Amino acid sequence: MPFIPHTEKDTQEMLAAIGADSIEDLFDEIPAELRVDHLHGVPEAHNEMEISRLMRDRAAIDGSPLCFIGAGAYEHHIPAAVWDIATRGEYYSAYTPYQAEASQGTLQTIYEYQSMITQLTGLDVSNASLYDGASALAEAALMSVRTNRRVKTGLVLLAPGVNPVYEQVATAIAGSQGLRFERLPVDAASGNVAFTQLRDGQNPVAVVLQQPSFPGTLEDVDRLTDWAHAQDAIVIGAVNPVSLALLKPPGHWGEQGADIAIGEGQPLGVPMSSGGPYFGFMTCKQAHVRQMPGRIVGRTTDLDGNTGFALTLQAREQHIRRTKATSNICTNQGLMVTAATIYMSLLGLDGIAAVACRSHANTTRLVEGLTAIKGVERLYEGPYFHEVALKLDRPVAPLLAALAERDILGGFDLTEFAGTDALLVCATETKSAADIDAYVSALADLMS
Amino acid sequence: MSELIFEKSRSGRRAFAQAPFEAAPPAIPQQFLRNDKPRLPEASELQVVRHFTRLSQKNFSIDTQFYPLGSCTMKYNPRACNALALLPEFAGRHPLGPVSHGQGFLTCMYELQEMLREVTGMKGVSLTPMAGAQGELAGVAMIKAYHQARGDHERNEIIVPDAAHGTNPATANMCGCIVKEIPTGPDGDIEIAALKAVLSPRTAGIMLTNPSTLGVFERHIKDVADMVHAAGGLLYYDGANLNAILGKVRPGDMDFDVIHMNLHKTFSTPHGGGGPGSGAVGVNKRLLPFMPIPVVGRSEVEGKTVYDWLTEEDLPQSIGRLSGFMGNAGVLLRAYVYMRMIGRAGMERIAEYATLNANYLMARLRDAGFELAYPGRRASHEFIVTLKHEAKSVSLTAMDMAKALLDRNYHAPTTYFPLLVPECLLIEPTETESKETLDGFVAAMIDIVRAAKEDGADYKEAPYKMPVRRLDDVKAARQLDLAYRPE
Repeated sequence: MPFIPHTEKDTQEMLAAIGADSIEDLFDEIPAELRVDHLHGVPEAHNEMEISRLMRDRAAIDGSPLCFIGAGAYEHHIPAAVWDIATRGEYYSAYTPYQAEASQGTLQTIYEYQSMITQLTGLDVSNASLYDGASALAEAALMSVRTNRRVKTGLVLLAPGVNPVYEQVATAIAGSQGLRFERLPVDAASGNVAFTQLRDGQNPVAVVLQQPSFPGTLEDVDRLTDWAHAQDAIVIGAVNPVSLALLKPPGHWGEQGADIAIGEGQPLGVPMSSGGPYFGFMTCKQAHVRQMPGRIVGRTTDLDGNTGFALTLQAREQHIRRTKATSNICTNQGLMVTAATIYMSLLGLDGIAAVACRSHANTTRLVEGLTAIKGVERLYEGPYFHEVALKLDRPVAPLLAALAERDILGGFDLTEFAGTDALLVCATETKSAADIDAYVSALADLMS
Repeated sequence: MSELIFEKSRSGRRAFAQAPFEAAPPAIPQQFLRNDKPRLPEASELQVVRHFTRLSQKNFSIDTQFYPLGSCTMKYNPRACNALALLPEFAGRHPLGPVSHGQGFLTCMYELQEMLREVTGMKGVSLTPMAGAQGELAGVAMIKAYHQARGDHERNEIIVPDAAHGTNPATANMCGCIVKEIPTGPDGDIEIAALKAVLSPRTAGIMLTNPSTLGVFERHIKDVADMVHAAGGLLYYDGANLNAILGKVRPGDMDFDVIHMNLHKTFSTPHGGGGPGSGAVGVNKRLLPFMPIPVVGRSEVEGKTVYDWLTEEDLPQSIGRLSGFMGNAGVLLRAYVYMRMIGRAGMERIAEYATLNANYLMARLRDAGFELAYPGRRASHEFIVTLKHEAKSVSLTAMDMAKALLDRNYHAPTTYFPLLVPECLLIEPTETESKETLDGFVAAMIDIVRAAKEDGADYKEAPYKMPVRRLDDVKAARQLDLAYRPE
């Protein structure tokens, strides 16, 4: 029996101790008319060798195309040590660290994670992670309502560069609690906020800025943060953690800094894996810590006065507070946070900065190559990090399909977002000059 | 021995093998750049590997200890599930990659949906919720959407038994509902009269776990379902305890309208020190239009089977998207591999041996003098021992027992949950543990009580053999130290 150790002798001895004649007797409290005796829709068991063969065959169908898609998930080199250690049984098969004395490994790892992510984002405190970047925005919006009690509008204003899927997710999760999400006006030339069209007096509870923006531009976050604070709004910064090795962190935006930072943690050592599991990070100013959702780890001392780590501020959470909890979140993304902590430790600031610089340089090479093709130009002017929107003179979808036939994933189809034929491309440090040139010549060929 | 990786750092040290090819700093205007140097570790690769390897060794885990944490289903996580989910093509697949380069992955996802439909008896499954609590949120949101689509706008009350997980009332609240709590009777079943009293035209639905968190099967489930449906409400099944009934009875056959499953419990994906979870939802026919997106669809194109995403266009009444992409795909792959290795006959065996282990452990502890919270009942896959007598006679509380067990190399059961049983231990052995392990655990429990009674053993300061002693939780909360700051 797969993964069940019982011998026939064990089973009989155990039934005798229970005083039951058969295992079937143990189910005698379930009303007979409800019982099923077949699961025809489940196939017969495969052994490990058979399922390995099946999965390898299926993986081979998907292949390993050359990928220039970003749009919220990014291909980075992950050092071998990261997942070698993260999948050690002691990390992999432990539960939430309720028994602190028997969970110091997980707890200290989370504390170190909190230390690193607060440094990167330039804010004071972090939780132990949320599900992903998109759902972290929903939690940040709800947290703003709890923090900014004077404002009763439930209005959350989003910069035009906020990932549209993040808005959809925030609406699905937080919409039934009276939150409304609206967009700030966009300047067509830059793709950023149109400052001249900003309206005072809407009384938003929060304003969300994404840096770099979804279409890859850099927003004037200082000016926008100051405007939002002048409206008495909480400022939420949505950021890419790798970019923060170079770019100004949310905690330093404007006069006072953003109040909350959130984002997708995947670029920090987590495989793209078709969309998950990733982790959402969330940091904030010290003053708002009691409104944070999710687990938080604190450093304290034990009976002997030695340093140790424990879950803290649990009075915010569902298992204590039930209906009045800050969120229903229970599980976070512990294993992904473990991987990210190892990743950040291995690379250090210089390493992450090198990844950021190399990704920028590769994207620059790619964009220079692609915009040399007739019919391809940049959609927005201005600086960028490692992702750029391109305007094409023809529909994007057929080109992407033709590129995919050559095993090149040419980017994210930005047409719907931009309202014109547009493509969002990204070349991280994983791309060689030859990879980039292969893409450029393939597209040149298809568009000629 | 709790030195932080920061304290092992030395300025200028690096893991050079991990650096990409050098590139000049980008020509980005100064106003966008950071002008400080964030403090990240500076360490060699060996230092980092040794640091985190040693940290891991301070954890209890399924792979190293018996971990009978009630309601958490800490069963063995087969290594093959991890290895196959991390095959390079799966691990490297971009979530927005075209379906032309995803048919292998999507085939697995579609078949997973179908298997989950079958074992739960539901009509449709969406894999996108990223944890049990998010599955609950999806479920209650679907219940609300259903009522509203029918123009039934008054229904905003969710009924929750007092023994429920904290996530149930917290979820109902997050969905803008009012929580109505109902009591449990002395035998562990819901008090039918109390249920009757709260049902009204404002009832949106009821959230139930069956078997309940008390470790017993709700015997009146048919009556409960009929009453709630007659009042116009829907039934939500919290899948926390699905492991106990796999292949024996299905939520769909119990007339539940919507369920979530905890794939990290029942289908053995890793708990990972607190996540990632995965909270797939299943629905009956009337909730099909409201499922969260995306869902994997199958169609025949020119005689060929093609798998694709179903999105807003296919499900315009959907409650929407809950994650940036499609949920915890890598976790779903692990669950898929697990289910294929278990197979049809294995599903039923899971419930059988999980239940056998629980009832055996319960019988052994009862015979050794421990008091059961529900002595007249069968255990499901878990059961409750109450230490209220030991707490009074020898000052041995559930907390003390938990810490004493750690010193004997057993992870503690769940303590002080459910809240309605005093000094309670909720014990769930799972089907993957051997009789010898269970016998060893019983012997440890017996000896802890014996030592308290005969030797005057005091566990107030236990554990003694862990990397740290009992921690000062009050200090942790009052003098918040949530991130390293050098002196």
